Amino acid sequence: MSTGPVLDIRELTTRFDTRRGPVTAVDRFSLNLAAGETMGLVGESGCGKSVTALSVMRLLPRPAGRIVGGQILFKGKDLAALPESQMRRIRGNEISMIFQEPLTSLNPVYTVGFQIVEAVRRHRRMDRRAAREEAVRMLSLVGMPEPAARMEDYPHQLSGGMQQRVMIAMALSCRPAVMIADEPTTALDVTIQAQILDLMNRLKAEIGMAVMLITHDLGVVAETCQRVAVMYTGRIVEAADVRTLFRRPAHPYTVGLFQSLPQIGGRRGRLRPIPGAVPSLLRLPPGCAFQERCFRSDAQCRQDPPWTSVGAEHWVRCWHPMEA
Amino acid sequence: MPLGYIAKRLLQLVAILFGVSVVVFLMLRMIPGDPAQLLLGEFANPEELARLRTQLGLDRSLPLQYGIYLQNLLQGDLGNSIRTNTPVAVEIWGRLLATLELSLAAMFISTVVGVSAGVVSAVRPHSAWDYGAMFMALVGVSMPIFWLGLMLIYLFAVKYPVLPMMGRLPMGLEVPAVTGLVMVDALIAGRFGVLWEASRHLLLPALTLATIPMAVVARITRSAMLEVLSKDYVRTARAKGLSEAVVILRHALRNAFLPVVTVLGLNLGLLLGGAVLTETIFSWPGLGRYVVDSLMGRDYAAVQGCILVFAAMMAAINLVVDLIYVLLDPRIRVNE
Repeated sequence: MSTGPVLDIRELTTRFDTRRGPVTAVDRFSLNLAAGETMGLVGESGCGKSVTALSVMRLLPRPAGRIVGGQILFKGKDLAALPESQMRRIRGNEISMIFQEPLTSLNPVYTVGFQIVEAVRRHRRMDRRAAREEAVRMLSLVGMPEPAARMEDYPHQLSGGMQQRVMIAMALSCRPAVMIADEPTTALDVTIQAQILDLMNRLKAEIGMAVMLITHDLGVVAETCQRVAVMYTGRIVEAADVRTLFRRPAHPYTVGLFQSLPQIGGRRGRLRPIPGAVPSLLRLPPGCAFQERCFRSDAQCRQDPPWTSVGAEHWVRCWHPMEA
Repeated sequence: MPLGYIAKRLLQLVAILFGVSVVVFLMLRMIPGDPAQLLLGEFANPEELARLRTQLGLDRSLPLQYGIYLQNLLQGDLGNSIRTNTPVAVEIWGRLLATLELSLAAMFISTVVGVSAGVVSAVRPHSAWDYGAMFMALVGVSMPIFWLGLMLIYLFAVKYPVLPMMGRLPMGLEVPAVTGLVMVDALIAGRFGVLWEASRHLLLPALTLATIPMAVVARITRSAMLEVLSKDYVRTARAKGLSEAVVILRHALRNAFLPVVTVLGLNLGLLLGGAVLTETIFSWPGLGRYVVDSLMGRDYAAVQGCILVFAAMMAAINLVVDLIYVLLDPRIRVNE
């Protein structure tokens, strides 16, 4: 395993043009990912998780969305500045992505075999027969029963879990260094969800890739990730290894997320939701975006909070972090 | 291919044709005008008229007339034209091929141009190209066909005489009929001079006929492509690192084709039956003109034959469209 991060995102800023003006969906986002590690990116819907992923893949919907600042360093290249033709050689090859809805993410009019073979042949010098054999191998790798027969199936003929396995087989067919998984289990049953997460863990170790797992589900994070970053309105507000974050969350928002979860064996009574609602990205308050919902906020929070270390590899963007 | 399904649809076709034959038979006899009178002229004497009516079988009761017609029909006899006294089937066949050649050419032009324009518009929405193409499409659907035909003749055959203005081939030029489609026959005979002349004669009428369907196809393709391009699987295709051309042509276009194929099928039906204006303007010896002339002359057998052929073609096109659905989208299955 090489030293140093395989993916190093620095001050990434992504902006969308909307009818009501420009919106900064991802604001000075910095994160690095080491080979073989799984990094969780958590936050509520609309906090910029998916936009971050699409920025790294350079798949932002055009012309509305664009990267306006920062760097995405991958193997010494800045993806944010790479010409589209070179980016295409990286997509699906060195960095691949799987999505939330496996059924709608697969093309309904082509067999799953065709779609995997297509990915293999795009990036690897293989003739049709070799690519087919590789696709069958990938399908058996992701635990598809009767992989050779399933090659001829169309996406709608498979169950949700099997469809997501196909997506994973496709994403991993070129042995990527990084896989971005955007809510890969959200649309699946809980039992299937566990199977898919197990599979991803196993394949991550086998291929030695890094995984960026985007989810709103803290349970999924606890099961699969080594490190976690918490996002709120486009910014990372806290980052730590998974143990530290779960035991000693430092940002009031992270604390709020945990308090709004039911706990087995915990104190009975009402859950404590975070008061108020996520502010519109069009009308963010100056300083900390969480101040209006925060029980610790004061006048100082109207200034941009600093990125502060509160422990070993534990960082928080807050004026008044919780004490350990 | 779902053979059982096709057989069932063909059986339905028989029922449809029977219904059409009854309706057309009755409607023709309900409209005013007497074939005998039209044939013999205004000053024919009553005895001659009565004799001709008897000869044509027009003096019998309607059910009996229809019975005789149906009996002949089932034996493959469409009757004779009262104007030329040749079998209607023979007359229709020759004209049908002329119409088919014109319609297929128009269909080809409208599909290629319409689909391409629609795809480019959808890929670059709200661009100058998009606005330009959609404006042209609006002009296209709004254009009166006869006016467009006359303008094309004026421009390309009169003012700048680069193209012929009428007919399928220049006088005296002929090619042995194998298929009846002049361009195909010329190709078979290896006579490229004839092929060239035939395509020159075909160009203006085909363009005229293609204008409206081309505009409709462009608009439908644009909206279908716009919808498909926002789908998750298009994003997946891009995430695989596929080139934009492959994403659009392989992953998006095939999904966008369903509504387009529906419109293309309807268009072909309309082109086959509705080329009357174009055929008249360009003196194209097709079925559209023939059916109008026959109607004017109260040539019952000819009109009935034409309508039956139209109905059969329309039904056949619908069947083909439905089968194309099954080919295009594996989620569509026929109920046998």
